[in-house]
Amino acid sequence: MKQLERCVLKACTALVLLVVGTTAIAAGSNDVSSLNLRRGATEISGQVYDLHMLMFSICVGIAVVVFGVMFVSMYLHRKSRGAKPANFHENVKVEIAWTVIPFLILIFMAVPAAKTLIAMEDTTEADLTVLVTGSQWKWHYKYMDREVEYYSLLATQREQINNRYNKGENYLLEVDRPLVIPTGQKVRFLITSDDVIHSWWVPDFAVKKDANPGFINEAWTKVDEPGIYRGQCAELCGKDHGFMPVVVIAKEPADYEAWVSEQESIQRQAREEEQRLLAMSMSKEELMSEGERVYNAACAACHMPNGEGLPGVFPALKGSVLATQNDPTAHIEIVLNGKTGTAMQAFGKMLSLKEIAAVVTYERNAWGNNTGQLIQPKDVNAVATGQ
Amino acid sequence: MSKATDIVSPDHAAADHDDHHDHHIPKGLMRWVLTTNHKDIGTLYLWFAFIMFLTGGAMAMVIRAELFQPGLQIVDPNFFNQMTTVHGLIMVFGAVMPAFTGLANWLVPMMIGAPDMALPRMNNWSFWILPFAFSILLASLFLEGGGPAFGWTFYAPLSTTYSGDSTALFVFSVHIMGISSIMGAINVIVTIFNMRAPGMTWMKMPLFVWTWLITAFLLIAVMPVLAGAVTMVLTDKFFGTSFFDAAGGGDPVMFQHIFWFFGHPEVYIMILPAFGIISQIVPTFARKPLFGYASMVYATASIALLSFIVWAHHMFTTGMPVAAEMFFMFATMLISVPTGVKVFNWVATMWRGSMTFEIPMMFALAFIVLFTIGGLSGLMLAITPVDFQYHDTYFVVAHFHYVLVTGAVFSIMAAVYYWLPKWTGRMFDITLAKWHFWCSLISVNLLFFPMHFVGLAGMPRRIPDYALQFADFNKWISIGGFAFGLSQLIFLWVMIKACRKQGEPVSSQVWEGAEGLEWEIPSPAPYHSFETPPVVK
Repeated sequence: MKQLERCVLKACTALVLLVVGTTAIAAGSNDVSSLNLRRGATEISGQVYDLHMLMFSICVGIAVVVFGVMFVSMYLHRKSRGAKPANFHENVKVEIAWTVIPFLILIFMAVPAAKTLIAMEDTTEADLTVLVTGSQWKWHYKYMDREVEYYSLLATQREQINNRYNKGENYLLEVDRPLVIPTGQKVRFLITSDDVIHSWWVPDFAVKKDANPGFINEAWTKVDEPGIYRGQCAELCGKDHGFMPVVVIAKEPADYEAWVSEQESIQRQAREEEQRLLAMSMSKEELMSEGERVYNAACAACHMPNGEGLPGVFPALKGSVLATQNDPTAHIEIVLNGKTGTAMQAFGKMLSLKEIAAVVTYERNAWGNNTGQLIQPKDVNAVATGQ
Repeated sequence: MSKATDIVSPDHAAADHDDHHDHHIPKGLMRWVLTTNHKDIGTLYLWFAFIMFLTGGAMAMVIRAELFQPGLQIVDPNFFNQMTTVHGLIMVFGAVMPAFTGLANWLVPMMIGAPDMALPRMNNWSFWILPFAFSILLASLFLEGGGPAFGWTFYAPLSTTYSGDSTALFVFSVHIMGISSIMGAINVIVTIFNMRAPGMTWMKMPLFVWTWLITAFLLIAVMPVLAGAVTMVLTDKFFGTSFFDAAGGGDPVMFQHIFWFFGHPEVYIMILPAFGIISQIVPTFARKPLFGYASMVYATASIALLSFIVWAHHMFTTGMPVAAEMFFMFATMLISVPTGVKVFNWVATMWRGSMTFEIPMMFALAFIVLFTIGGLSGLMLAITPVDFQYHDTYFVVAHFHYVLVTGAVFSIMAAVYYWLPKWTGRMFDITLAKWHFWCSLISVNLLFFPMHFVGLAGMPRRIPDYALQFADFNKWISIGGFAFGLSQLIFLWVMIKACRKQGEPVSSQVWEGAEGLEWEIPSPAPYHSFETPPVVK
């Protein structure tokens, strides 16, 4: 039994060392946030952090007391130390005490939690509203009072994910077009989804809200400091759930205003350009190179870069009837409007006429699908407008 | 508990008949296929659970190997999602639940002085449909497109419109698991209600029997809800209904309400029997009666009742009204009161006892400490505003693995070591068992403790690849994972040795402080015990 005693003591020491050790490893690294919740960038996220630390301290306190009594008992009341067992098996006073005291601690915890919760859910009196729409596997942002909307996709190269290039500093946490919001203003987010459930999460704002298809959720933030804030999709949403980051840039209101006006004029010009393109024809090289770019950004996640898809999950385009039959109308239509009841999305609102023309041309000529057909923006426009 | 052991006439009659019955034990494979004996069926359940534990564990090894470092190395994301999904399903429905049912089969009749379970043929059936359920589930992994990849929680519409065709097999196998669980639960309830020995009144029943009785009621209440949820998924996917599709008037969040109305009581289905086991083991090795027997029973019942009104704490981010969020926050916090009472009672049982630290007690003590850590992180998760930060991160993964692995699984290991000598009549290999305990204890903490850190730092769960700041901890977590997986091979070794009847013969009481009807019959427990009921004063 002496041996067992020593074992138990060693176990306790080992456990303590393990906890202290892992803590030390974490604290030793430069990034303090690799160990604990971040305080974040808003008043709410600060409150949430304080609540977290309060709950954590209470839990540690409870653990120390309970385990303390247990370990003292394990040390003192051992048979090998000659302990004789007592025979008590109930004590009404003690039992009432350890029912009532935890209850009081809970009330102490519940009051500040309820206060913060009410503040977090108050989305009234917002200065501006952004509609956030998730889809497999990207985010779409639409400024409700302005003529600006765009998709935001993972910007990390496939080669980094496949370990062929070195991984960058913001590996998996970088996007092509971040959301931009002004500092010091209450920004309301309307959050929804086009397909499965996603969850829009920015830890520094303490905002995590599910994007439910067919329903709209609300959340809000008010960022104090300009900066870049990164998050991720937090609800399993299919194959590339891990590759769907959120990046938000907070700018001073004047900078934000300049940015949003610039975006409005860029997007207006793009629409005009699109109309002009209808009269023109693009060359095969131009269509194929643009098509490959668009394919890799928008299509390759499911249909795979080699066009073979994932058998039983996502259909192949290589050699498929749709991409090789003479009449391209059905092909253009499915890219534009998607296919209900499947994961195929409607890309009509994500891609320009030129991009759709290019990607359809690419799909009809790449990987041995040598139809030789060129699809021009005006062909896509004809299908889109039902001509 | 102690009162239950004042036995007037131990079951000499049954002991006299043992030889007579022993040579009726059928031999060979058909013994196991056709058996209606609660001990045989208990053994089948326990071995099946162990095989599933190793299978689900192998999937966890795939997950941890992929997460060993950033980038995609070993599996593609679609297969990774299948691994997390099937790992969860197998561990919940294939390992933990059948293991507890196996323990109930072995122990409940012996603890209440009954000759067998009340419905022996149904008992055979409820076990033998399980291998089919899991064969179907595992076979789906080899279909074109792979098995279920939508998480064990199978949220719609990912599991309906956006899932592969193997969803039909998933639904069918969950139905079979549910039928098995319901039949097992009916058997436990009927046995406990009707077959207690004379004098074995309700408040003399051992706590393992009490906790299993309450668990059985939970099972009967919620397994049909799960069956309903999977059926709605099936019809949404294949028969054009729109239960969870807003375009047809349905609601994807409704799926989560239905699922978690099953899912939260399910959590307690997997931990209440563990409470019972610990309440049997601690008094034995503290040589002191369980402190607060009555309050243990009432606490178990309160936890079971409360488990029906807290389900939406899994759904705080789905966009509920503030009032609903508050209700579910307060109700969830309330559960910590009866759970705390249990922990305090165990500690009070040890207090001024005369403790020794045999293997079952070591697992029980590890359970109390580590389950409490999981319980405390659960209390943190109940706080809605901070749950917004914790939700769907590795903090949650750490929490539920602390309560399910160092909680439920450790309690099962404690139970197996505690009653194994009674089952085989011989002491298991103590040296190996010590190795098993220490290797498991250290590796399981290396595996799950740092998950708290990466979760708080912002790593979402169910991702095959992660940002660089999580790399260091994930490496340690994976090393802990591999070590914990390997440690279970020691357990396998101990079990094989025990089943081959190696080791010193033991007395009928086995452990010095053990009390209860099961310790009154010889070791190994005869094939038929308590054919004439004992009388309990």
